Amino acid sequence: MTQKLVVVGAGMASGRMLEHLIDGQPGDWDVTLFNAEPRGNYNRIMLSPVLAGDKTYEEIVTHDDDWYATRGVTCRFGEKVAGIDRAAKTVMAANGDVLPYDKLVLATGSNPFIIPLPGHDLGGVIAYRDLEDTERMMALAPGQKAVVIGGGLLGLEAAAGMAARGVEVTVVHIMGHLMERQLDEAAGFLLRRALMQKNITVLCSANSKEIVGENGQVRALVLDDGTELPCDLLVMAVGIRPNTALAQSAGLAVGRGIQVDDQMRTSDADVFAVGECVEHDGALFGLVAPLYDQAKVLAQTLMGEQAAFVQKSLSTKLKVTGCDLFSAGDFADGAGREDIVFRDPARGVYKRLVLEGNMVRGAVFYGDTADSSWFFGLIKDETDISEMRDTLIFGPAYQGGSAVDPMAAVAALPDDAEICGCNGVCKGQIVEAINGGAGDLGAVRAKTKASASCGTCTGLVEQVLALTLGDEFKMPAAQPVCGCTDLTHEEVRRLIKSQRLTSMAAVHQELGWKTSCGCHVCRPALNYYLLADWPLEYKDDPQSRFINERKHANIQKDGTFSVVPRMWGGMTTPNELRAIADAAEKYKVPTVHVTGGQRIDLLGVKGEDLPYIWADLNKAGLVSGHAYSKGLRTVKTCVGKEHCRFGTQDSSGLGIKLEKKLWGSWTPHKVKLAVSGCPRNCAEATCKDIGVVCVDSGYQIGVAGAAGMDVKETERLADVATEEEAIELATAFMQLYRENAKYLDRPYKWVAKVGLDWVKERVVHDLAERKRLVEAFELSQSIYRKDPWAEHARERAETYQPMADLTLEAAE
Amino acid sequence: MTNWIDIGSLDDIPRRGARKVKTVMGCVAVFRTGDDRVFALDNACPHKGGPLAEGIVHGHSVTCPLHNWVFSLETGMAQGADEGSVATFPARVEAGRVLLDAERLAARSAA
Repeated sequence: MTQKLVVVGAGMASGRMLEHLIDGQPGDWDVTLFNAEPRGNYNRIMLSPVLAGDKTYEEIVTHDDDWYATRGVTCRFGEKVAGIDRAAKTVMAANGDVLPYDKLVLATGSNPFIIPLPGHDLGGVIAYRDLEDTERMMALAPGQKAVVIGGGLLGLEAAAGMAARGVEVTVVHIMGHLMERQLDEAAGFLLRRALMQKNITVLCSANSKEIVGENGQVRALVLDDGTELPCDLLVMAVGIRPNTALAQSAGLAVGRGIQVDDQMRTSDADVFAVGECVEHDGALFGLVAPLYDQAKVLAQTLMGEQAAFVQKSLSTKLKVTGCDLFSAGDFADGAGREDIVFRDPARGVYKRLVLEGNMVRGAVFYGDTADSSWFFGLIKDETDISEMRDTLIFGPAYQGGSAVDPMAAVAALPDDAEICGCNGVCKGQIVEAINGGAGDLGAVRAKTKASASCGTCTGLVEQVLALTLGDEFKMPAAQPVCGCTDLTHEEVRRLIKSQRLTSMAAVHQELGWKTSCGCHVCRPALNYYLLADWPLEYKDDPQSRFINERKHANIQKDGTFSVVPRMWGGMTTPNELRAIADAAEKYKVPTVHVTGGQRIDLLGVKGEDLPYIWADLNKAGLVSGHAYSKGLRTVKTCVGKEHCRFGTQDSSGLGIKLEKKLWGSWTPHKVKLAVSGCPRNCAEATCKDIGVVCVDSGYQIGVAGAAGMDVKETERLADVATEEEAIELATAFMQLYRENAKYLDRPYKWVAKVGLDWVKERVVHDLAERKRLVEAFELSQSIYRKDPWAEHARERAETYQPMADLTLEAAE
Repeated sequence: MTNWIDIGSLDDIPRRGARKVKTVMGCVAVFRTGDDRVFALDNACPHKGGPLAEGIVHGHSVTCPLHNWVFSLETGMAQGADEGSVATFPARVEAGRVLLDAERLAARSAA
């Protein structure tokens, strides 16, 4: 006897289910198929190749009219189902027809999620879901502009498809890297780079604020930082939600999706659900593989066979030409989990396996995905890999070989990569010199000048020697930054510049970092190097900073903080002192101390109070004193000729000018200045990082002093006649130090390495270089010369509070 | 039994960062790692009581801001040569919300 089967929704899951059912029991079922879209089943995941022009719509149709006709399926396409009467076992079509069913299958799929931004209902704002959306994108002409919100799988495929048609595409992604659910940060970086090369602009950590229009038509997307991205079409690809409206109105059990058991049965024994609309064991489904599994299980259930749907590991591939990436399984870090990472910077290859015990749990591949199915098999089958662990990452074809070369990063550099920045020497010239007989560092230096100036590329030159000469060259042992890399600080700095690495993920990838996201030693150093070298491109990462610099206050041994407002040049006013006294009382500051740098230190402030005490101090005009920073700390002065009978110049005035110029800048280690009004040196300028001693004829500028673990007198950089020159030289020296020193080397240690003559050549004698240094410093200051206290008090005060207070609940 | 309570949005915790939650028996640090997992640990370092919520988070570890002891967020155990551990508490993320187990936090105050 034939049974009446009504199927609501003609998507990929229901299409596959009907194939199994009709092939298995031909003639047993009288099928009616409803679909809201005016067409039958097509392969929705192939819309991206259609968009990109690689396929036509006709090629992705899976079931044509003929298929339904020969199998006796009654098609009601373009018709919605208005309701279900479960007691009577009927469905009602939108036109009022009532159809009885023996079994009912809900395959209502999902709806794209539209962010309710202001303007989301303007014309030209679409999702990426069906053929209509695809056709809207295909209708754009070359040179028109599109914005895609969402840097996940679908959003990137939409972006790449439109870009391939000559459309100017910008992708706006709220997270820090692309496809964060499938990729780790390093693979996300490589993907972003590949998309940028396809002329797609990619903005990560970008928050959309509103969509603005003109005559009801979208004109631009505005971000919360005010950036306006003009567009003719705006595509939202930020996720999908199961379409459960019909099931809900029929009174079926619905959570996030329509809840089904292992047999795909809903809370009603004669009603089933399949595909993206279902929730199984708390999980939702968006990829095609589990949907096909569900379709098969459902067909078997309907045919009276035993079957159960089991959730499996999933893998993802991005369908964008030229971006080979693959991710599968669970690649989160964890206790007992270990990473095997392989990076080949020159080929742009990144492979990461996550192991737990003797099994592979997850995999992320970029650039070379040839073996991905083999690795996916290892994950699914939980294969014991202990026997092949040493060579696992090389894939199934591995036939013996040597261990990964620690010098791979240098080996991978092309011949025209600059090794020595001071003298403009490329790798190729060094290799040429070595092949021409230069057998050691001294000979290479003599012949090419490489590493003959500041010397920070010495390690790289030695690596080129070792690579070219092989065993003939003995590498001197160098101290790497930390356990995450074999490279030294100097090598990392050099490579960040020469390879134009502008993000943390770029450094980790291109320099072959051995951990997924560094450690507490390398992250602050890399954060400094990146922001010093790329002030505009790199965004400071507070999470890579030590707590003092993250919270703009000095942590004390009891977890409280100290607050030191800036007193320019050590000068203050009754008004400022009153504000400090008031704040000390209001916030019950237990200790008030006068520092050696002519500042007042409020010790013992609670972390929660910081934004409020700052706001109070701000009101009196006081700003952060940066007493916590690897940056400009203080400029100490004596009162000079304005008051002192021995004073030769306006030393406090110069001190204030210097401090206003240099404050807020980040440096490899702290920097302290002083200006004394005469050689009696009351401001103790001759043991500072930069110290100016005023004399009748002008200003003596000393650098590289120390009065800490080491005590050292400054060395004379130059004598100048005017305040302007004094400020210019101090600024140029700061910038040269910022650009070249190792993180946590004070200026005296750095000058000892490069030599004062090398510094003088650039800061004093080479006027073009001095000008460049001053300009580079000013460029950086355009970002960093501002009061972080005001910004935090204004915008981030809540982050200083506990996230939740459970003490009240517990008391109840 | 568990009694999951919502303490806030995952977005309230910076990635590779932490926030404090006050309880009657002192603060618990709730960490968010680079891969968006959350972990809850006693905020006080067993060495000198340093606030772990202020530390640098790397992988599934945190470094104490006072003297650089490193703790596993999974187990609460000190890593490397240092010896000691901090209590850990069940924590999870559901639909973008961070949940802690109130029963275990209460058990801690009773202990």
